[in-house]
Amino acid sequence: MDDTEAGRAPRIADEGGLHIDARLRAIWETAPGIRGVLSSVDHKRIGIRYIVTAFIFLIAGGVEALIMRLQLAHSDLKILSPEAYNQLFTMHGFTMIFLYAGPVLSGFSNYLWPLLLGSRDMAFPRLNALSYWIFLLAGIFLYVSFPLGLAPNAGWFNYPPLSAKDYNPGPNIDFYLLGLIFLGISTTVGAANFLVSLLRTRAPGMSINRLPILVWGTLTASIGNLLAVPAVSLACVLLFTDRQFGTHFFDVEAHGQPLLWQHLFWMFGHPWVYAIVLPALGIVSDALPTFCRRPLVGYTPVALATVATMIVGFGVWLHHMFATGMPMLSLAFFSAASLVITIPSAVSTFAWVATIWTGKPVLTTPFLFLSSFIILFVIGGVSGVMTGAVPFDFQLTDTYFVVAHLHYVLIGINVFPVIGGIYYWFPKMTGRMMSERLGRWNFWTMFLGFNIGFFPMHIVGLMGMPRRIYTYAPGLGWDTLNLITTVGAFAFAIGILLFLINLLVSLRRGIPAGPNPWDAPTLEWSVPSPAPAYNFAVIPVVASRHPLWEDRLNESAERSDLSRGYLLDHGRETLATTVLDAEPDLILKMPGDSYAPLALALALAVLFVGLILHSLACSGLGAAAVALAIVVWLWPQRGLGQIGESKHV
Amino acid sequence: MSELSLRDRVLPVGSFGRKSSGWYGVWTLVLTEATLFAYLLFSYFYLASQANGDWPLGGPPSLKLAAPNTLVLLLSSAALIWAERSGARKGKRWQLLTGLALSLLLGVAFVLVQLREWQTKSFSIHSGTYGSSYFIVTGFHLAHVIVGLLLLLALFIWALNGMFDRQRHAPLTIGAIYWHFVDVVWLIVFTALYLVPRLK
Amino acid sequence: MTALHGRQFLVVTASCSVAACSRAPMTYMRTFGPAADPVTSLGWGLTIICCLVILIIGVLLLIATSRARRTDATLASVPIAHPGGGLRWIYIGTGVSIAVLLGLVVWTMFTLAAIASAPSAPVFTIEIRAHQWWWEARYLDGTSERTFVTANELHIPVGKPVLLRLIGDDVIHSFWIPALAGKTDVIPGQTNIAWIQGNTLGTYRGQCTEYCGAQHAHMAEFVSVDSAAAFKQWWDHQLAAAAAPPSATTTHGEAVFLARCAACHTIRGTGAGGILGPDLTHIMTRHTLGAGTVPNDPASLRAWINDAQAVKPGSRMPTLDLPQQDLVAVTAYLQTLD
Repeated sequence: MDDTEAGRAPRIADEGGLHIDARLRAIWETAPGIRGVLSSVDHKRIGIRYIVTAFIFLIAGGVEALIMRLQLAHSDLKILSPEAYNQLFTMHGFTMIFLYAGPVLSGFSNYLWPLLLGSRDMAFPRLNALSYWIFLLAGIFLYVSFPLGLAPNAGWFNYPPLSAKDYNPGPNIDFYLLGLIFLGISTTVGAANFLVSLLRTRAPGMSINRLPILVWGTLTASIGNLLAVPAVSLACVLLFTDRQFGTHFFDVEAHGQPLLWQHLFWMFGHPWVYAIVLPALGIVSDALPTFCRRPLVGYTPVALATVATMIVGFGVWLHHMFATGMPMLSLAFFSAASLVITIPSAVSTFAWVATIWTGKPVLTTPFLFLSSFIILFVIGGVSGVMTGAVPFDFQLTDTYFVVAHLHYVLIGINVFPVIGGIYYWFPKMTGRMMSERLGRWNFWTMFLGFNIGFFPMHIVGLMGMPRRIYTYAPGLGWDTLNLITTVGAFAFAIGILLFLINLLVSLRRGIPAGPNPWDAPTLEWSVPSPAPAYNFAVIPVVASRHPLWEDRLNESAERSDLSRGYLLDHGRETLATTVLDAEPDLILKMPGDSYAPLALALALAVLFVGLILHSLACSGLGAAAVALAIVVWLWPQRGLGQIGESKHV
Repeated sequence: MSELSLRDRVLPVGSFGRKSSGWYGVWTLVLTEATLFAYLLFSYFYLASQANGDWPLGGPPSLKLAAPNTLVLLLSSAALIWAERSGARKGKRWQLLTGLALSLLLGVAFVLVQLREWQTKSFSIHSGTYGSSYFIVTGFHLAHVIVGLLLLLALFIWALNGMFDRQRHAPLTIGAIYWHFVDVVWLIVFTALYLVPRLK
Repeated sequence: MTALHGRQFLVVTASCSVAACSRAPMTYMRTFGPAADPVTSLGWGLTIICCLVILIIGVLLLIATSRARRTDATLASVPIAHPGGGLRWIYIGTGVSIAVLLGLVVWTMFTLAAIASAPSAPVFTIEIRAHQWWWEARYLDGTSERTFVTANELHIPVGKPVLLRLIGDDVIHSFWIPALAGKTDVIPGQTNIAWIQGNTLGTYRGQCTEYCGAQHAHMAEFVSVDSAAAFKQWWDHQLAAAAAPPSATTTHGEAVFLARCAACHTIRGTGAGGILGPDLTHIMTRHTLGAGTVPNDPASLRAWINDAQAVKPGSRMPTLDLPQQDLVAVTAYLQTLD
C-alpha cells in the first residue's frame, strides 16, 4: 500500500499488537525462490551472501597458500614452476586482501547495521544489492584467468615496469587492473551506503556517543575508502592506458615514473589495510564485553582511537617505499608517523585487557577467539613498529619478517575476530547455536596452527629470507623453519575446516536459540532469532549504549523503549532521523525487490569483458547497457515518494 | 519512560530535497570523485616535477578555446540554478524546462568545443608524459561531463512528463549538485593545467 | 683471491665464512660494517622491547582470563556490572607506550643519521646495473684505463667506504648485502646512491629483494671484503684481457664462443663484445653461475652452457643444444679464463 501524501503523523503502536508481525512480513519479505535470490534487497540476505562468498574466496586463497607452502617446505624443490608460483602468490594476495578481508567485514556490517541502529534497512537497499553483485562478478572475472593459465603474476602490488607491456605483454595484468577497478565500484558504493545510513537511519535517541564500536569502525573504514579507493582505481586506469593505448605514465623511456604507481597504490593501500581491520576491531569491542559481563572500558577513547588510526593511516604510505631512494626528510617523517600510529592501537589494546580483567569473563568459544586475538594483535602491532623504524626497515623490508607481520595483522585482526563474530551472531542469523565442543577444537587448532605456521616467519625473515621467491638455496638456515611453517599452515587449514564443519553441522542440528542467548546489551538481541525480514516491529527509541542492560546497570533514570514506537507500515518504510541529535525527521520510503542492481552489475561485467577482449562492440554494448540500467533504476517512482502530485510543473 | 517521547508529530514522507537519502548520496559521490581528481592532479604535478623542462609541451596551453569554454560551463550551471530556483521551486514549468534545456545545450557546446580544442593540439596522448597527462586529466573531466549530460537529459524528460512539482523535485536537486560539482572540478583543472604554467 | 672453487664456495659461504654468522649467512642481526652496525643495535633493541611487550600483555591476558568461568550455561546468571578503575589501565598503558615509542623515534632518527653517509670519502665507485636476473658491476676509478666490468661477485677493500650507483635497466630490483648494509632499490629511470663498507674480511651473500619476475629467486650477489693488498691484486687481475687459448681444443672453443655466444657476452681480448649478458673475461674467478644458482664447477658449467633453461627456467640465455664436440671445446675454453 503506497501513499504519496506529503506528510503524516506515524502511528505509535505496541510491538506485540494484533497482526503486526503478519502485516510487516507481507510487506518486507523477499519473494520466494529464484526470483527472490536475484532481486532481494534485504540487507540481512545480502550480508550473509557477502560472508559466504568471502569465505569461498578465503578457501581459494588458502588452497593457493597451501600449494605454495608445499613448494617452500624445503630448499630447491621443483613442485611448481616459477611462473606457476608467481601466479599463485599474486592471486593469493589479491584474493585474501580484496576478495576476502574487505567483503567479509562488509557482510557483517551489512547484516548488523540496521539491527544495531534500530532501522529496518540501510539507506540504499538496491545499492546494497549492487555492491554484492559487483563483488561476486569481479571475483569471477579475476578467477576466470586462472584456468586459462593467465592469472596476474606481478604480485598483488603489481609494480611497473614488471607489470607494464614490455615485460608482461599478455592479458594477465589486464585481468588484475580491470578486476580491481570493477571491484572498486563495489567498495565505493558500499562505503557510500554505510555513510548515508549512519547519517540518516539511526533510531531516535541513538546519538553519536551511543553507537556500537562496530559502527564506528565501519563508518571510519567507509570514509577512508571513499577517499582512498580512487587512488588505486586511477593507478589501474593509468597502467591500463599505458599497456593498451600507448600512454607514458610509467614508461621510463619517456620520463614516465614507476614510482608514481607506488605512490598511488600505497596512498590507497595503507588506508585500505586499516579499512580491513577497523570494523573487525569493532566486532571485538562490541562482542567481548558481553562475555565479560560489563560494558567496554573506555568507550570514548576507543571510538576516538578508531578514527585517529584511520586519519593517521593516510599519512604513512611511504613506509611501503622506504627502500626506493627517498630523501632523508621524507624518510624521517613517515617513519615517525608510522611509529606514532601505534598509540591509538595501544589505547584499544588496554581497553580490551581492562575489560576482561575488571569484568567476569565467561569462557565460551567466541570469547576464546575474541580474547586470543589481543595477543595476535600485539604481535602484529609490534612487528609493525619494528618495520616502521626506517633504518631497520632497510633490512627487514621485502623479507619474510614482513610476511609474518602482515599475516599476524590480517589473520590475527581480521580472521580471528570474524570467526569469533560468526560464533557470536550465528544464533541471530540462523536461530541456532554453534557447537561449543566443536568450537573448542576449532579454536585450538586454528590458534596453535596459526602460531606454529607464522611465528617462525619472523625468525626466518631476520635470517634474511626474501619474499616472493619460489625456492631457496640450501645452507642458508631456512629449511627447518620453512618446514615448520608448512606444517603449521596445514594445521591452521584443518582448523578452518573444523570451523566450516561446525557451521554446517550447527545449521542443521544446532541448539535452537532465543532472541538473546548471550544476554547481550545491544539492539539486535531484542528481536527474534533469526531476525524477521522487517527487523523491528516498531522503531525503538534508544536512551543508552546498552539498551538491554539498562535496568541492571541503572546508570540513569532513562530507559530505551523497545516495545512501543512508530509502526511505519504503509509499505516498506523506516525512519530517518536528524544527523546530530537523532530526532525523528522523515519517513523514508524504501524500495522493494528489484532486478535493477543485478542488471547493472551484469551490464558492467559486459563492459569489463569487452575491455579485456579489446572488443569495441562488446564494450560499447556494455556501456550502453550500463546507462540504460542506471536510468531505469533512477526512474522516479511514486511509491518512493519521488513524483510530484500537482499538475503545475 | 524514554527521554524522547514520541509525540504525535507530522513527519514528511518520501523524497524532499535535502531530506532525501539521494541528496546525502550524491554528496558522497562528490566526495569520492573529487578525491579522484585530487589524485589525478597529484599525478600530473608529480610527473611535472620529474620532467626535464618541456612541461607543458609547446608552452602553456592556449586559452583561446579553453577560457570561453569555461564560461560556457559556468553559464550551464547558472541555467540549472535558475531552472531549480525559478522553475521547480516556484512550480513554474516553463522556466524549469527552458532552464534544463539551456543547461543541456550549453553542456553539449562545452563538449564540442573541448573536442575541437583537442584536435588543435600539436601533441597527442602519446607525446610523452605531458601529452598523456593532459589528455587523461581533461579526458576524465570530459567523461564526467558526458555522464552529466545524460543526467540532464533524463531530468529534462522527467520534467517534461510532469513528474516534478513545487514540493517534490529531489532528482533535480540531486542532479544539480552533480552538475555543479563537474563545473567546480573544471575550474580547478583549468587553473592547474592552463593558468599555473603561466605563473612562472 | 680465494682458493675455493664451485661447490666448496657455496658450502663455505653458506656455513662458515670467516665473519658471517655460520648458520645464517643472510642474517642481519650480526653485521660487519658501519653502514649496518648502528642499525643492528637498533634492531636488537627493537626485538628485545617488542618481545617484552608481547610477554607483558600475554601474561596480563592470561591472568585476566584465568579467572574465567568454564561453561556458558551460566552466562545469563553472571550479573552485569560496571566496576570502575578500567580507565586507569588505558592511561597507564598508553602512557608507557607513548614514552617507549617516543624513545624509539629518537633512537631511529639518530640511527638514520648515522648511516646516511659514509664516515669518510668513498675510495671509489661501483656502478651496478640490475638486469633480469643478474648483476652487472662496473668498477670506476677516475681514469678510464682502470675501469672494468664484471658480474655478480664483487670485491671491496677492508675498512674503506665504497660508493654504489644503482642503475635500473629493465624492471625494479633491490640490491642487498644484509651483513654489510640495508637494501636500496634499483629503479629504471633514476640512479640511487648507496654506500657500503666491510670492516671484517670475508665473503658475504646477498640477494635481490624486489620481485622482478620469473627468476627473482635466483638473483644472488656476493661481496668479498679483501685486505688492501689482495684487493689491489684482484683489481689488477680483472683489468687484464683474456689470454690466448693454449690448446687446439680451447682454440676451437674460442671459435665456437665467437660464433654462438659473442652476441650477448664480452671477453676482453677477443672479438666478443656482447653486452646483453655478463662479462665473462674472468669467469673462473667467480664461484657461482647464474647469479648464485649453481656452483661454478665443470659439470655445472657444461650443463649451463648447453641448456641454461633447464638450470634457470625463464632466464634470458637460450638453450643452445651444441654438438658434443663444440660443447666440450667451449667449456674447456671458458675454464681457461682465470
